[in-house]
Amino acid sequence: VWTKARFSSLTCNHCELRAKITQLDTLQEFLQIFVQGLKLGSIYALIALGYTMVYGVLKLINFAHGEVFMLGGMLSIYYANWLGFDKHPSWLALVAILVLAMVSCGLIGGLIERVAYRPLRDAPRLSLLITAIGVSLLIQNLCQLPMVFGPTPKSFPMLIENKPLVSIGNLNFSTIELLVLALSFLLMVTLHLVVNHSRLGLAMRAVSFNHQTAGLMGIHVNRVVAFTFVLGSALAGAAGVLVGLSYPSMDPMIGLPYGIKAFVAAVLGGIGNIPGALLGGLLLGQAETVVASKISSMYKDAVAFLILILVLLVKPGGLMGRRVIEKV
Amino acid sequence: VKTWFRENITVLLAVTVLVCFSLWAKNYINDYQYKILADVGIAIIAAVSLNLINGITGQFSLGHAGFMAVGAYTAAAISVFYIKPHLGETGLWAGLALIGGLLAGGTAAALAGLIVGVPTLRLRGDYLAIATLGFGEIIRIVLQNMQVVGGPLGMFGIPVMVDLLWVSLWVVVCVVIIFRLVHSVKGRAFPAIREDEFASAAIGINTTRYKVMAFTIGSFFAGIAGGLFAHSATGYISPGQFDFLKSVEIVVMVVLGGLGSITGSIIAATVLTLLPEWLRGFSEYRMVVYSALLIIVMLTSPQGLMGMKECRIPWRRKAGEAPRS
Repeated sequence: VWTKARFSSLTCNHCELRAKITQLDTLQEFLQIFVQGLKLGSIYALIALGYTMVYGVLKLINFAHGEVFMLGGMLSIYYANWLGFDKHPSWLALVAILVLAMVSCGLIGGLIERVAYRPLRDAPRLSLLITAIGVSLLIQNLCQLPMVFGPTPKSFPMLIENKPLVSIGNLNFSTIELLVLALSFLLMVTLHLVVNHSRLGLAMRAVSFNHQTAGLMGIHVNRVVAFTFVLGSALAGAAGVLVGLSYPSMDPMIGLPYGIKAFVAAVLGGIGNIPGALLGGLLLGQAETVVASKISSMYKDAVAFLILILVLLVKPGGLMGRRVIEKV
Repeated sequence: VKTWFRENITVLLAVTVLVCFSLWAKNYINDYQYKILADVGIAIIAAVSLNLINGITGQFSLGHAGFMAVGAYTAAAISVFYIKPHLGETGLWAGLALIGGLLAGGTAAALAGLIVGVPTLRLRGDYLAIATLGFGEIIRIVLQNMQVVGGPLGMFGIPVMVDLLWVSLWVVVCVVIIFRLVHSVKGRAFPAIREDEFASAAIGINTTRYKVMAFTIGSFFAGIAGGLFAHSATGYISPGQFDFLKSVEIVVMVVLGGLGSITGSIIAATVLTLLPEWLRGFSEYRMVVYSALLIIVMLTSPQGLMGMKECRIPWRRKAGEAPRS
């Protein structure tokens, strides 16, 4: 009798312990998913900012924005190889590559605006949209040519050493995660300061309200639009480097999925609204990571579109946007 | 009868020429050229049906390949699971069943178009483009996950029952229906919506209804084009064939031919299908050329090859009737 009671209490203890461990596992898993979602989400948010700013000033979905992001990633691979950083990871290397990527993407973005979009400033919006799709496809397919980048994926060099900072069981929080979060936070704060507390930012906001009136107030509309493209593209370039560091494989096709998802993030938050892009990016990152880990990674890409369609149906202005009433 | 004959002389002529040509082509040109000609026909159906949505009604859709995929898979599934085991691959009954299968594919695509169109067509141009792109991708992802139809590997062993004659007759059906529709009294609402949605709503056109109608009819013929594609040449389809780039290819045809011009779409679809075959050696540059073409057309002459005009056969006017458009 005694052994039996002892035995049952033992098993009972065991059960409790098991339950506790699974609880801990679930918590760890949850945190892991959360951190991954945060990382992906802040990258989406960085790209989404470019969409949202351009939409703000031109009412144009800049399809080529995803391609600028891809160029940021691809170019930094080449920069790192030329400068020999791929063999000697250091913080200096990271900063140098980041600056180079942002500058070149900014220039490319400005160039696209100058060559493809400015001649169509007064054209119907449909022509502008078709041109944007054309630019996007042109960059994508040019980069796939063997003499440019080639269609095969390239591995992204480790610019800094990836050390686990916090590691409990399955939960990992490493240098790269910290870097992605910190850097996107820093860039967004900078952007916020530029847009809300500088003269150029004031001009940007004025142009996004009304082109013609802004022009009459003495604002160089073309210059402001070009600046917006440069700023947004530079952020996309930074996002390219961050994606390369987090998921170290890059190919010329990567611009399309990231671009579309970032656009969905921008719409989710309310297109034209800068804090909205941040919120939308983070939410989309979480949603996608949860679906990928809990349901099926095959349906990961469908989530974004589903969210997009739901948002457009239920609240077309997005979470933080205002509903624009169209007038004749 | 005489009036009917005069009204339909273009159609009758087109049918006669195409039937003669198809019968001739079957015996006198090689398989490769034959396949290309069938591709031209399929491209024409896809481009003309997209033109109804993008060009004539002015609702920019980027998901046409998705609707082609719905039609292709529906028709192919009917052929593989029903027609092939029960009726064989040749003969009258199989042919009739194939017509049924194609129509079923078209109807499935039209239903998909209706489901997509009702919510999204309330959106403005650029949102619509993204939403249709999203739907096209969702359709592809769902097909990739459906094991019944082969999943990502695709569907094999579809009976090759469609020849040039089939394709050309369907081309005539599609072009005639869309042309007649657009030039009918009610159909004038489509270009009216493109020109000014608010004004058309103000004169009493139910804009959402007409937009959904254009979208559904366009999707129907996209489904037919997909079904024909599935049953021609290789007898193999996979979700990868109906990706975003395929949609863009059709959009390029429509834009190049002129948004709103049916004959323009026909010419552009023909040229853009034949051109890459002549330039086989530069096949990797194909999409580069397409996209550059798209930008150049938009920057230099946004109205495309034909603008909104149609190629007309000159003798119709001489027959003493007023121009119908």
